[in-house]
Amino acid sequence: MPKVKIPRKSTWVDMTAMTDVAFLLLTFFMLTSNFTKKEPILVSTPSSISEIKIPEVNVMTMLIDPSGRVFFGIDGQEKRRELLSKMADLYKLSFTPDQIKKYTLLDVYGNPLEMLPAYLALPAETRDNPQNNLGIPTDSTNNQLLSWVKAAREVNPDLRIAIKADEKTPYLVVKNVMKTLQELDENRYNLITRLEGE
Amino acid sequence: MADVSQDQGSHKKGGKKRSKKLATRIDFTPMVDLGFLLITFFMLATTLIKPQTMEITMPSSKDVQEDNQTVAKASQAITVILGGKDKIYYYFGKTEGAQLIPTDYSATGLRKVLLQKNYDIVKQVEDLKREKAKTKMNDDLFKEQLSKIKAGKNAPVVRIMASDDASYKNLVDALDEMNICSISRYAIVNLEGPDKDLYSKLNI
Repeated sequence: MPKVKIPRKSTWVDMTAMTDVAFLLLTFFMLTSNFTKKEPILVSTPSSISEIKIPEVNVMTMLIDPSGRVFFGIDGQEKRRELLSKMADLYKLSFTPDQIKKYTLLDVYGNPLEMLPAYLALPAETRDNPQNNLGIPTDSTNNQLLSWVKAAREVNPDLRIAIKADEKTPYLVVKNVMKTLQELDENRYNLITRLEGE
Repeated sequence: MADVSQDQGSHKKGGKKRSKKLATRIDFTPMVDLGFLLITFFMLATTLIKPQTMEITMPSSKDVQEDNQTVAKASQAITVILGGKDKIYYYFGKTEGAQLIPTDYSATGLRKVLLQKNYDIVKQVEDLKREKAKTKMNDDLFKEQLSKIKAGKNAPVVRIMASDDASYKNLVDALDEMNICSISRYAIVNLEGPDKDLYSKLNI
């Protein structure tokens, strides 16, 4: 019986099509997504049916975590630099150029202003530790949040206020922040929520 | 990992030496690797969904003087008190002699109450939405008509009072109910005065 010789087939697979798919997906992700901002605390926002999107620029963000710590930040590095110099003048503090540069890279900051140098000196891994983020003071004797908002408004009058609070935050804390805003006559703001049913 | 061409190594006997044809095929495997690596990076480092936002306007603290205050008709007024443990208490009309009625955040709770109270407007809004779907009304006109309906004469006025036991989620949920029930006239008010007494009596 003659042997049936099976011809050896090449195992070569054309990868060109796969490259096309991969880069198509890559393009899609690059165009549709935006980078997650680095936030020192994890905030899970409550859900709502509202479908208004928050603008990407000209936003001042206030993060409020369940224990009541408040974080504050604005977008735009140049604006942050101006903001910090205004705050430094107000509290009669001075920062080195290096510290100012480091501050402009922070999305949100949540400590009393006088602790900024110490916070910036921390290595990046330990910055998010809860003991290193005390929150911005909002009590009436030392309301730094008020100064931050006021200074930010002077730096950029187009800023919109976005409050991103955790759903477990007691109303008392939110009320305090709202009261601060009310004192400044900032009566329009956005509460950041996520879409219902997620 | 160059392409192994089929005719390699099968030189014809006595044939002329031909210059070898170079394969023009390039191995794309590393490029696919790179592509997927970048995809993974972008998927992990970015977010697709933009956060939603709820726009609210608070009353200014400065111009709350007696002559500036709009007095709502007692028949239209609803006071909603957000209590602790995800409970809501509400009453209609005046504070004097009001009885707090407990309810909750479910669809059969506060929403049902508000929908009943706001029945006419909800119906008009639904009609308008249906008309919009049918006639492809433009957005500006739709919004204009919507706000006109919502600001109607008999629209209820809701006072939302959050107690200190309430959580932020409760507040957002309550504001959400206002949107669902097409109520445009609502305000977040501090829980104080006779309303606070009503609420604190309840817990004892």
